[in-house]
Amino acid sequence: MDFYRAHVLVCGGTGCTSSGSLTIEEMFNTALKARGLEKEVKVVRTGCFGLCEAGPICIVYPEGSFYSHVKMADVERIVEEHLLKGRIVKDLLYVDHANEARDITTSISEVNFYKKQKRVALKNCGVINPEVIEEYIAFDGYQALGKVLTEMTPQDVIDVIKKSGLRGRGGGGFPTGLKWEFASKSEGDIKYVACNADEGDPGAFMDRSVLEGDPHAVIEAMAIAAYAIGAKKGYVYIRAEYPIAVKRLGIAIAQAKEMGLLGTDIFGTGFEFDLEIRLGAGAFVCGEETALIASIEGERGMPRPKPPFPAVKGIFGKPTIINNVETYAVIAQIILNGADWFTSMGTERSPGTKVFALGGKINNTGLVEIPMGTTLREVIYDIGGGIPGGKEFKAVQTGGPSGGCITKQHLDTPIDFDNLTAIGSMMGSGGMIVVDEDNCMVDFARFFLDFTVDESCGKCVPCREGTKRMLEILEKITSGKGTLEDLDTLEQLAYSIKDSALCGLGQTAPNPVLSTLRYFRDEYVAHVVDKKCPAGVCQDLLQIVIGDGCIGCTACARVCPVGAITGEVKGQHVIDQSKCIKCGACIPKCPKKVIYKQ
Amino acid sequence: MKSLAELAKIREEALKRVDLRTDRKGTRIVVGMATCGISAGARPVLTALLDEAQKRGLKEVEITQTGCIGVCRLEPIVEVYSEGQEKVTYVEMTEEKARRVIAEHIVNGNVVTEYTIGAADK
Ligand SMILES: Cc1cc2nc3c(=O)[nH]c(=O)nc-3n(C[C@H](O)[C@H](O)[C@H](O)COP(=O)(O)O)c2cc1C
Ligand code: SF4
Ligand code: SF4
Ligand code: FES
Repeated sequence: MDFYRAHVLVCGGTGCTSSGSLTIEEMFNTALKARGLEKEVKVVRTGCFGLCEAGPICIVYPEGSFYSHVKMADVERIVEEHLLKGRIVKDLLYVDHANEARDITTSISEVNFYKKQKRVALKNCGVINPEVIEEYIAFDGYQALGKVLTEMTPQDVIDVIKKSGLRGRGGGGFPTGLKWEFASKSEGDIKYVACNADEGDPGAFMDRSVLEGDPHAVIEAMAIAAYAIGAKKGYVYIRAEYPIAVKRLGIAIAQAKEMGLLGTDIFGTGFEFDLEIRLGAGAFVCGEETALIASIEGERGMPRPKPPFPAVKGIFGKPTIINNVETYAVIAQIILNGADWFTSMGTERSPGTKVFALGGKINNTGLVEIPMGTTLREVIYDIGGGIPGGKEFKAVQTGGPSGGCITKQHLDTPIDFDNLTAIGSMMGSGGMIVVDEDNCMVDFARFFLDFTVDESCGKCVPCREGTKRMLEILEKITSGKGTLEDLDTLEQLAYSIKDSALCGLGQTAPNPVLSTLRYFRDEYVAHVVDKKCPAGVCQDLLQIVIGDGCIGCTACARVCPVGAITGEVKGQHVIDQSKCIKCGACIPKCPKKVIYKQ
Repeated sequence: MKSLAELAKIREEALKRVDLRTDRKGTRIVVGMATCGISAGARPVLTALLDEAQKRGLKEVEITQTGCIGVCRLEPIVEVYSEGQEKVTYVEMTEEKARRVIAEHIVNGNVVTEYTIGAADK
């Protein structure tokens, strides 16, 4: 084995790949070879580092220098200056939005984005090469499986997971240990374990990142789960839109088989386990566990009523456990470090950490993993670096299309399953979208409802028809034709859908509307009574007007595509509102800047 | 995979490949590799250090390069930082001297006084 003096870690996550990190990686290899450094410096492709907004990202060890937005032209400089001469290229280093005291950050350990984080599920992401099983093993990989098979009984395993208080990270927050216990007690010669990697919540990508950056963690955990409940076969249900994750998982499974970590007689104990990948069709509802089961069986992905729960009657009618990717990603560490280690993090009823995909109006979009109980303020300002352009924070949406918004008054609420539910939102799978003063909350609710209407599988009426009705009302409101009664109808519809829909999709679909109605009723009222959109988003409610100070230069009138602007040369111009199509083309043309939206 | 021992063996081998990325204690050897160091012959020194460390399977040792250390006339310069000990600065290094530093200082713990900056300044 060669002794390298430096490692260049190049992010190969989806975010960085799309901004060209693979070309950057290639250029590093070429540039190193050109200087004869290829035997001293190793280039490693890793999974997502979490700060995708700053991609492509490269980290040079042993210094831990954090280079962001690396361009092709920068590679030569990093190689020449840093790797050959040992001088960190300061102007290419990451600039920390959340830490203004320092204008540059030389080491990844100093970046504020990472300081308050606690990486458990993401422990290996951005650290190991996910396509090399030995690297996973070097970081304690498959030790937990070895320990479980050689030293523990299935009940021991279940007891540890129960004691750790781990709750499912896929959205529901059901205690994982209990789920495993149900399945282990279910009668059946054949049982299955499944991993839910469907991740349909728009804006969420933590499961993708785990599978891309650390696929073996999921494989190992599924083997452990299989041992605990007495299964021999597992399925990973992953959406086909995640090609990199699918490929890396495939490589990982093949490597594990080759090493005998999947297959028969694992660790010489007689335990056997095999794993198969099933590609999802990309419908949101297929992430619902009973729909997922149907889809794995080759049926149409539609939910069915529960009970019977999957732990009793799952895939092919056999007892099955289904867990989320992130839930699996922490299992091996709980086994190795003990339940007490896990409960030492987070809150009493929600131990451990949670990964969030931070997006929307925030400086550091990306993946963050925090101990439960961290406040939203810390996430948004200390880790996320605040809101761009010094804009005012308005709300944050958690739980995606099933969740709700959280306002300023709750910024100091410690994040955990129960607290989020109590303030009218939910943990969900971990999407976190920040909204600022420029967003209209009615429009925001409409966006999510539009999504659920599209994704409703159509099996039950409340969801199929009810959500469509709600969307119609919202569209009426955003186009300025709404009335106060519409708000009441909207609320009534929302509650009846919640009560009568068959599956979680329909039951939670009204949540974004209910929570925006609860916290931002004034914005709804402004739309229906004053016919105004306070944030200036809803096109139909906008007026473009020319204020005082018009010098009559006619610049605006000349660009207007529909001839809505009239006025004498050197005289005040006016816009005919019945003709104006609100394209906004006139606004930047005015030399006096007196044309504005209202 | 037949046993835990087999896994431990693979792990041991693999650890060497990822060592740089973990927070390690132990010794850090730094070679001055700015233009002055390179022209004075720092590269063969660095290569010799790496080669020797690899041959001996040294683990708790990190070998890295740095910029100009500041005393260009004494280049190539190699500095050794060991936990709980004062930094040792070796000057006017050559490949042979580098191999001796690994053997005597790093492996056996005896500073090679005659190569140090103190000796050269006399
Ligand atoms: C409409 C809908 C979509 C869902 N999508 C996902 C998903 O993409 N990923 C996921 O893990 N769980 C999803 N769930 C939750 C699953 O039904 C199930 O509770 C979860 O996979 C269980 O794993 P856990 O206990 O580890 O969280 C969804 C639920 C509903 C109702
Ligand atoms: S609630 Fe919606 S998604 Fe769920 S079964 Fe009914 S129609 Fe399908
Ligand atoms: S917004 Fe467009 S359509 Fe309206 S007045 Fe200006 S240029 Fe004409
Ligand atoms: S994809 Fe590179 S940091 Fe997320």
